[in-house]
Amino acid sequence: MEIRLKAPFSKDDIKDLKAGDNVLITGSIIAARDAAHKKIFEAFQNNQELPIELKNQTIYYLGPSPAKPGDVIGAAGPTTSGRMDKYTPMMLDLGISGMIGKGYRSKEVIDSIIKHKAIYMVAIGGAGALISKSIKKYEVLAYPELGAEAIARLEVQDFPAIVAIDSNGVNFYEIGQKEYKK
Amino acid sequence: MREIHYKDIVSSVAKLCIDACCIQTDGIKQAFSEARENETSPLGKSILDKLIENGKIAQDTFIPICQDTGMAVIFLELGQDVRIVGGYLEDAINEGVKEGYVGGYLRKSVVEEPLFERKNTTNNTPAVIHTRIVKGDKLNITMAAKGFGSENKSILKMLVPADGIEGVKKVFSEAINLAGPNACPPLVVGVGIGGTMEKAALLAKIAAVREVGSHNSDKRYAKLEDELLEIANNSGVGPQGLGGNTTAFAVNVEWYPTHIAGLPVAININCHAARHAHIEL
Repeated sequence: MEIRLKAPFSKDDIKDLKAGDNVLITGSIIAARDAAHKKIFEAFQNNQELPIELKNQTIYYLGPSPAKPGDVIGAAGPTTSGRMDKYTPMMLDLGISGMIGKGYRSKEVIDSIIKHKAIYMVAIGGAGALISKSIKKYEVLAYPELGAEAIARLEVQDFPAIVAIDSNGVNFYEIGQKEYKK
Repeated sequence: MREIHYKDIVSSVAKLCIDACCIQTDGIKQAFSEARENETSPLGKSILDKLIENGKIAQDTFIPICQDTGMAVIFLELGQDVRIVGGYLEDAINEGVKEGYVGGYLRKSVVEEPLFERKNTTNNTPAVIHTRIVKGDKLNITMAAKGFGSENKSILKMLVPADGIEGVKKVFSEAINLAGPNACPPLVVGVGIGGTMEKAALLAKIAAVREVGSHNSDKRYAKLEDELLEIANNSGVGPQGLGGNTTAFAVNVEWYPTHIAGLPVAININCHAARHAHIEL
């Protein structure tokens, strides 16, 4: 059973989502990964203007493959979230309400998720072709020089994700694995 | 002396890059359908279904299976009775990689220097090339598109002989649990045992590229493959690390003679796509 979620969403919209829930996201999300996080971090440290407004945005850790002629985007699965951990508490402080990636998060990130009542969702790693079908528009917003790592806005329809860490910090990686460990 | 032309190597490598990134091997397709039957976690099953659908879409549309189309690792077996004409062999490989990645709309993920500027080369070159000179008059080329979600979870450990088979199992188990969801399970794991530090790592890579469903010809190592697979699938990690009994599709082991004082062990991890393609010229 999938729960429909409209993006961008407020923290109030996600407070009832539970770790392990399947969601289908429709609306607008922001793609940003390693190099973009580093640049936002440096801009913030140096009191420079940030390239985009982050409040209530959902950040998707994505570096797509190039679109073929006539396509919106190429393969578009999630990249490993842990590489963004260093920058994530800052991003949550700046007001993002959700993240989509794959894999474990650090204790600092989970503490920050609880503090801000945000949410961490995972998309299926390696399902790049499938996920690309739910992306209807891809528009670069900042740092075009970063190529596949540029900050972009994605218009998505029924983008499939799973709640990995909910706003109370319940971690489905722990729950799910414990049940099947022999 | 048989002659193989530079341009035939270029076009073959270009095609291998595109095929490896967009078409799952028969071994992987088989592994997916078996896992779909055996997985007991409902969430795990639904993830496997989506990944099977992903493979079909990739094959039909030539949108890559995964957006991380990897660094190109090329294994060459060059017959000693072959002469390459029209240019230098490694140039032909890199030209082929460039043609495949640019022309095939694959993601270019290689930076020209690892520590300071990290500037993208914009054509996914250079490839990592391993060449063996072998008997005969053929050129065998195997291309592996190595994504770094899984590559980053690889481990090399210099064990001592007293650590034995239990030591190997312990390193393996640690690698699987450390990789967790990050390496995109179900995994194909390559294990290299013996040789020297760099030989073990290369053996692990060769093992990771070996087809799912194949076994080591030495029965003792084939048995070890089964035991390691069981360790992986009992870890609870499951599809995408969200729990289940399909953590790996296969564990392939390769070994080599080693020194009386050593037991090198390397673990190289592939995600569920375990992309590779092969051609004989």
